[in-house]
Amino acid sequence: MQDSILAVEGVSLRFGGVRALTEVSFEVRRGEVFSVIGPNGAGKTSMVNCVSGRYRPTEGRIAFEGQDITRLPPSRRAPLGIGRTFQNLALFGHMTVLDNIMVGRHHLLKAGFLRGMAHWIGGARAEEIVHRREVEDIIDFLEIQHVRKAPAGTLPYGLRKRVELARAIALKPKLILLDEPMAGMNLEEKEDMARFILDLNQEWDMTVLMIEHDMGVVMDISSRVMVLDFGRRIAEGTPDEVLAHPQVRRAYLGEAVEEAAA
Amino acid sequence: MEWALLLQLVLNGLIVGALYGVVAMSFVLIYKASQVVNFAQGEFMLVGAWVCWWLLTRWQLPFWIGFPICLAFMTLFGIIVQIVVLRPLIGEPVISVIMATVGLSIFFQALMKWMFGVFAQPFPPIFPAERISLFGLQLQSVYLLSLALSAVIMLGFWWFFTFSKHGLAMRATAFDQQVAQSLGVSVPRVFAMSWAISAVVSAVAGVVVGVVSGVSSGLSFYGIKVFPAVILGGLDSIVGAMLGGLIVGVLENLAQYVDAQWLNWGNMTNIAPFYALVLILLIKPYGLFGTKNIERV
Repeated sequence: MQDSILAVEGVSLRFGGVRALTEVSFEVRRGEVFSVIGPNGAGKTSMVNCVSGRYRPTEGRIAFEGQDITRLPPSRRAPLGIGRTFQNLALFGHMTVLDNIMVGRHHLLKAGFLRGMAHWIGGARAEEIVHRREVEDIIDFLEIQHVRKAPAGTLPYGLRKRVELARAIALKPKLILLDEPMAGMNLEEKEDMARFILDLNQEWDMTVLMIEHDMGVVMDISSRVMVLDFGRRIAEGTPDEVLAHPQVRRAYLGEAVEEAAA
Repeated sequence: MEWALLLQLVLNGLIVGALYGVVAMSFVLIYKASQVVNFAQGEFMLVGAWVCWWLLTRWQLPFWIGFPICLAFMTLFGIIVQIVVLRPLIGEPVISVIMATVGLSIFFQALMKWMFGVFAQPFPPIFPAERISLFGLQLQSVYLLSLALSAVIMLGFWWFFTFSKHGLAMRATAFDQQVAQSLGVSVPRVFAMSWAISAVVSAVAGVVVGVVSGVSSGLSFYGIKVFPAVILGGLDSIVGAMLGGLIVGVLENLAQYVDAQWLNWGNMTNIAPFYALVLILLIKPYGLFGTKNIERV
């Protein structure tokens, strides 16, 4: 069978009396596009934050490639191969696009302070050339060549979303977490983004864990979908299976549908 | 005659100003990385100067051995202060953190007096020639060293923030800690590093001042003089800090000249920078190069 890259087992997350997540379990298989959907406040972002390490689950266990990462700080998870983007844009506004992306390579840059000082003899220069080449590949791929020297804060929204994606890719993650990559985009931008995500998945061999509200996109590009409602997993399966699931219909369309159907 | 004096004063101003600038940069470094206003910056200078003095007089080490040891010590010092005092305060209100640094300043002020006494102690002579003359202007050779060191430190800072992996990580952390973490940057390490660098750079300035005018607790007054420089340049701008330092240095010396010639008040040197500070806060509260936070609502 396909092996799992991420295994979430019985994760609960409480903030005081508020239960953001209740015993959520799922597996993401290597090489798939896995989407998490659900109404507002269902706990989707909380789930992603648990995986990226921003939140620590109150209960449960999260394993990445078989390694337990439940208690690992976020800065240690990135080098393992977990990259992410944020729901609300989180670029370093005063830095250029290029610098933003280079931060993403932080853990891959080996030359530390001292070797960096001896720029030309310590191999730091050769190293930088290799990195710059890979960064340029990413820039080409996302079609942001024309803004590479621009301060990220000055770019229009759609481009900023792409730069943020570029920064996450620069990490060379095996698993990339996308928190609403298409929120606030127009149709054309959404199509571009969907294409980028598919390419990432197929050509760059990244497993994608995505939160998205646009049902059309989710159903088109996902291998499997999980539905959360009030912090609980109510369904999981292929897009078609999930769409047909009665509880999903209730969560999305309200009780009335069920009553009408009954 | 008059002009020569004025020129000499401006030159002195630039030299002292470069030192202010260096301390201001180390102040800005901490603010940029961890958003902490460090009121103990002057005491960092003091500790550095005393430690170096102690190594040179008590242990009779030559300068070129004692000085690096002192800097190594200050690296540890910065890291330990950060870990012991500031790390537990992460996430606490700004005012608590500021009060902690004020406390640090008082603590080290007292500790240094207790350990080394209250009298100014001269450094052993480091250069064979006390003074050299350049184009008819008198210059202490230590000042030349200080100017060279300042230039090197400035270049180092510039290189560090523009080209090094850690500089980039530090800028990223300053901008958004959560995001930096998700990209694999260890925020505690960045904080510790910024405090270590800041302590080392302050110590360099402290030693230079100590060599010129002896080590005493009065040295930490530099830490307060640095405020006008930092505010003038903008709290989060390295370049601004340097320029602010130079401006304050020149301003001081010119104020002294004006004072001696016409006013005869006798204290303008010390006060002029703070008048300037008040003016700047009235006119340009973010400083010359500071970041203005503009938010869309």
